[in-house]
Amino acid sequence: MKNHWKVLLGVLLVLLVSTMAFSYERNETLVYGGGLWGAPTNWNPLTPWAEVTGTGGLVYEYLFHYYPLADEYQPWLAVKGEWVSSKVYEVELRKGIKWTDGEAFTADDVVFTFEVAKDNALHYSNVWNWIDSVEAVSPTKVRFTFGDEPHYQEWSVILYDLRIIPEHIWGAKPADEYLTTANANPVGTGPYMADSIGQDRMVWVRNDNWWGNDVFGQPKPKYLVNLVVNSNNVALGMLMKGELDLSNYFIPGVPKIKDTFGLTTWYKGEPYMLSENSALLFLNTTKGAMKDAAFRRALAFAINPEIIVERVFENQVEVANAAGLFGEGWMKYYDEEVVEANGFNYDPKAAIKMLDDNGYVDANGDGWRDDKNGNSMKFEIIVPNGWTDWMESIKVIANNFQAVGINAVPSFPDYGIYMNKIQDGTFDMCINNFASSRSTTPYTYWNWVATDEIYGKLVTDGNYSRYDDAELFTLIREFNMMQNSDAGIMEKASQIQEKLLNAMPSIPLWYNGLWAQSTSSVWKNWSTEDNPTGYPCSWAGKMQFGFVEMLIKLESAQ
Amino acid sequence: MKKYLGKKIFIYLITFFFAVTIDWAIPRFMPGDPVQMLLSRFQGMEGGREIIQAQITASFGLDRPLLEQYFNFWATLFKGDLGTSIYAFPKPVMSVINEAIIFDILLLVPSIILSWIVGNKLGAFSGVNKKADKYLMPVFYFLTSSPYFWFAVVVVFFLGVQLPWFPISNAYSATMRPAFNIDFILDFLHHWFLPFITLFLVQLGGWAIGMRNMIIYEMGSNYSKYMESLGAPEKLIRKYAFRNGVLPQVTGLAISLGNIIAGALTTQIVFSYPGLGFILLKAIQNQDYFLVQGCFLFIIVFVLLANFLVDIVYMLVDPRVRFSYSGEV
Repeated sequence: MKNHWKVLLGVLLVLLVSTMAFSYERNETLVYGGGLWGAPTNWNPLTPWAEVTGTGGLVYEYLFHYYPLADEYQPWLAVKGEWVSSKVYEVELRKGIKWTDGEAFTADDVVFTFEVAKDNALHYSNVWNWIDSVEAVSPTKVRFTFGDEPHYQEWSVILYDLRIIPEHIWGAKPADEYLTTANANPVGTGPYMADSIGQDRMVWVRNDNWWGNDVFGQPKPKYLVNLVVNSNNVALGMLMKGELDLSNYFIPGVPKIKDTFGLTTWYKGEPYMLSENSALLFLNTTKGAMKDAAFRRALAFAINPEIIVERVFENQVEVANAAGLFGEGWMKYYDEEVVEANGFNYDPKAAIKMLDDNGYVDANGDGWRDDKNGNSMKFEIIVPNGWTDWMESIKVIANNFQAVGINAVPSFPDYGIYMNKIQDGTFDMCINNFASSRSTTPYTYWNWVATDEIYGKLVTDGNYSRYDDAELFTLIREFNMMQNSDAGIMEKASQIQEKLLNAMPSIPLWYNGLWAQSTSSVWKNWSTEDNPTGYPCSWAGKMQFGFVEMLIKLESAQ
Repeated sequence: MKKYLGKKIFIYLITFFFAVTIDWAIPRFMPGDPVQMLLSRFQGMEGGREIIQAQITASFGLDRPLLEQYFNFWATLFKGDLGTSIYAFPKPVMSVINEAIIFDILLLVPSIILSWIVGNKLGAFSGVNKKADKYLMPVFYFLTSSPYFWFAVVVVFFLGVQLPWFPISNAYSATMRPAFNIDFILDFLHHWFLPFITLFLVQLGGWAIGMRNMIIYEMGSNYSKYMESLGAPEKLIRKYAFRNGVLPQVTGLAISLGNIIAGALTTQIVFSYPGLGFILLKAIQNQDYFLVQGCFLFIIVFVLLANFLVDIVYMLVDPRVRFSYSGEV
C-alpha cells in the first residue's frame, strides 16, 4: 500500500516537472494597464459600455480610424467614403478582408450592422430616425441614403465609432441575446484575437492573417497582456521596475521621477500628457442664486484654475479655455473673438465687483454674501470620494469662492451617491467630465454640456446644470445638421459659444489628460510629440485613435 | 447532545433567514440606480441611453415590484442561482465569486492558521518567560498596531522595489499562463509570498498578545495557585493554563476564517492581488445588487458555519459546555 503512494507521488512529480510550462516570451509581449478594472467578462461589441477594452479596435474594427491630433480620417475597413449628394453617402470597402473564422468580410456585414439596430433596440437605433436606407450596391460598396434631416455631425462620429460585426454570426443569434451575450470568443476582422483571461488580466494574441499587415505593417507585439492594477501606487512601482511597458493611469509625481526612471511621456516637458477631455464645474441652475447668469459668471471669475493645474496636477494638465474646447476637431470651430469678448479669467476683483453690483452682499453680517433677498447662501461642491485629484481641486475652488465671500464647502460622497445627486438634481455644484472626450466635432461636447434631455426625473445625458434654453438647444441641433463645408456653420458655432459663455451654466476648468507613461526596457519608439506614430491610449473605445498604429511602429529594445 | 445541537441549529436557521433578508434589502435601500451607474460613463449617441436603459432594467427584473423581487430572490436562491452581476455583466454572480474566492482562500487560510498557531505559541512562551517577554511584547505591539496599509507599503518598498526580490503586483507574471506545472507554481508562490507574509505578521501580533495575557491571567488564577501549592510541576500548570487560555482564541480563529470572503481588501489594493474583497468594493461602489448580496450571502453562510463549528469544537474541548447543555451540572 505504501509503495502505491510512492509510485503515485513519483508519477505526479514527473508530470509536474515535465508538463511544458507555457509562458509568453517577454520580448514579444506588451504589458500595459489602465483600461481594465476587473476580471474580463464581456466582449460584446453591441454593448460598448461593458466590453473589455480592445474588443473595439483590436478585434472589431471600424470603417475609419480617426487621428485626433491631425483631425484626419484614416480609411480602415473602408478605402473611401464620400457624400455623392447631400443625402447619399457611399462607402467603398477594402477588398480581401476576412473575419478571423475565415469568412469573407463584405458590404452585407456593414448593412447588417446598421439593419440590426433597426429591428432591435440598440444604442445606435436612433440613426434610423434620420437614415432612410442602407444598401449593399456591390460586395464592396455600401450606400447610405439619409432622410430630410441628416445628422451630419453625428454621422462623422459614427464612421469611426461603430464596430462592424459579422452577419454570419450575429444574424444567427437570437435577438434577445444582443444585449446579454458575453460573446466570449469574439470573431472580428482586427489585428488581435482573445487568447486567455485571468482574474487580473486579459491576454490578446496577434492575428497573423490580419489584412492590415500588407497595408500598414504588422503590429510588433505578438501578445498584449492587459493587467488589472488596483491602485495607481502599484502602477508607479511597476513602472519603476520596468514591469509595465505602458501605463494609462494618472500617477502623481510623474514629472519628478520621469527622468530618473526613464519614463516616456507624450511631451518631454509640461504638460507631459495630451488632453483627453474637459473637466467642468456644473452649477445647478435650478437652485437659488445659481439661477442667475450674472452670479454664475461671477463664480467663473473667482476660480483660479492655474493653482489647480500646478498644485494638484503638477502641471500634467492644461487650463481650459473659456469655451471648454480643445483638440483639432473642436478648435476649428473655436471663435477667439467671441471668447475674448464674452469669456472669463481668474480675476477675484472682477468677481467681487460683479457680485456687489448684482446685489449679492453680506446683508446679515455673518461674513458671507447673501442672495438678492437677503437670505444666506451656502453651496456644496461634490466629487466622488477617493478621486484624489478632483478632491484636492474642489478644495481649491471652495477656497477661491470663500475668498470672494461666497460660502462654499467641498464634499466627497461615495461614487453612487455622487451620481445619484447629479442625476436627480439635488446637488449644488459638481465636477464632471464623463462625456467631454475628444472627438471630431464639438457637437459631441455641446450636446453633452447643453443637452435638451433635462425634463425627466433623472438627467443622465449631460447638462447636469439643467440649463434650459430652447434657443441654444435649437442652435446645437442645427449645428448637427450642417456639414463642415456649409457656409453658415462657423456662424452657428460662434453663436453657441457666445450663448454658453453668457449663460455660464458650467465652467470649463482644465483638460483632463490622456495619462500615458511608458518604459523602454522591452519596447521603444513610443509615440511622442516629436515622433507621433499613434495615440498611446488603451482605454475602451479609443483604440481607433491610433493605438494599433503605435503598436506597428514599436521596436524591440532587446 | 441532541438537545444541544437541535437548539443551535434552530437558532442558526432563524439567524440565516433574517441575515439574508437584510442582505437582500440593504443594497436596494442605497440611493441610486445600478443601471444608471452602468451606463453613467458611456458616451453614446443622442438618445441611445434611453433605448437600452429600460431593456437592461427589465432584464434584471428591477422593474418588478419590490416584494416580487424579494420572493424571486428566495426562489432562485434555493436553485443555487444568485442572479447575474450588473458590474461584471453578464457573468453569473456564482461564477464571479467562485473564480475570485480561490485567491482569498490560498492567501488567507494559510496566513490566518499559521499566524494563529505561531502567535499562540509565541504568546504562551512570552507569558511565562519574563525575559523573553521584555523583548517580544514590543514586537507584538508593533506588528498588531502598525496600520496594515502602511506596513505593507513599507515591505513592498524594501523587498519589492529597493531590493527587487519579489514582484509587487498581480497573482502571477505577466508572461505566465496558468497551468499545472512547476514553473507556474513557483511563479505563483513568488507573487503570493509578500501578501502572505504581511498578512501573517500583522495578525501574528494580535494572537500573541491575546495568548500572553490569557496565560498570565490563568497562571495567576486560583486553580493554578492551588496546583502550585500542592506541588504540581510548573510544566503541568502551564499545560492547564494553555488549555484554558486557548478557548477564546478558538472563537477568534473561527471568526477570522468566517470573514474570509470579505477578503483582504487592503492586501488586494496594495499588492494589486486578485480576490473577492476588491470585487465586493467595486460591487458596492457600482450598486451591483446581485453581486453585493451574493458576496454577503457567502459571508453570512461562512460566519454562521464557523460559529457552528466553534460551538461543536467548544463542546469537545471544554467539558463545561458539554455538561451544561446535557444538564449534568
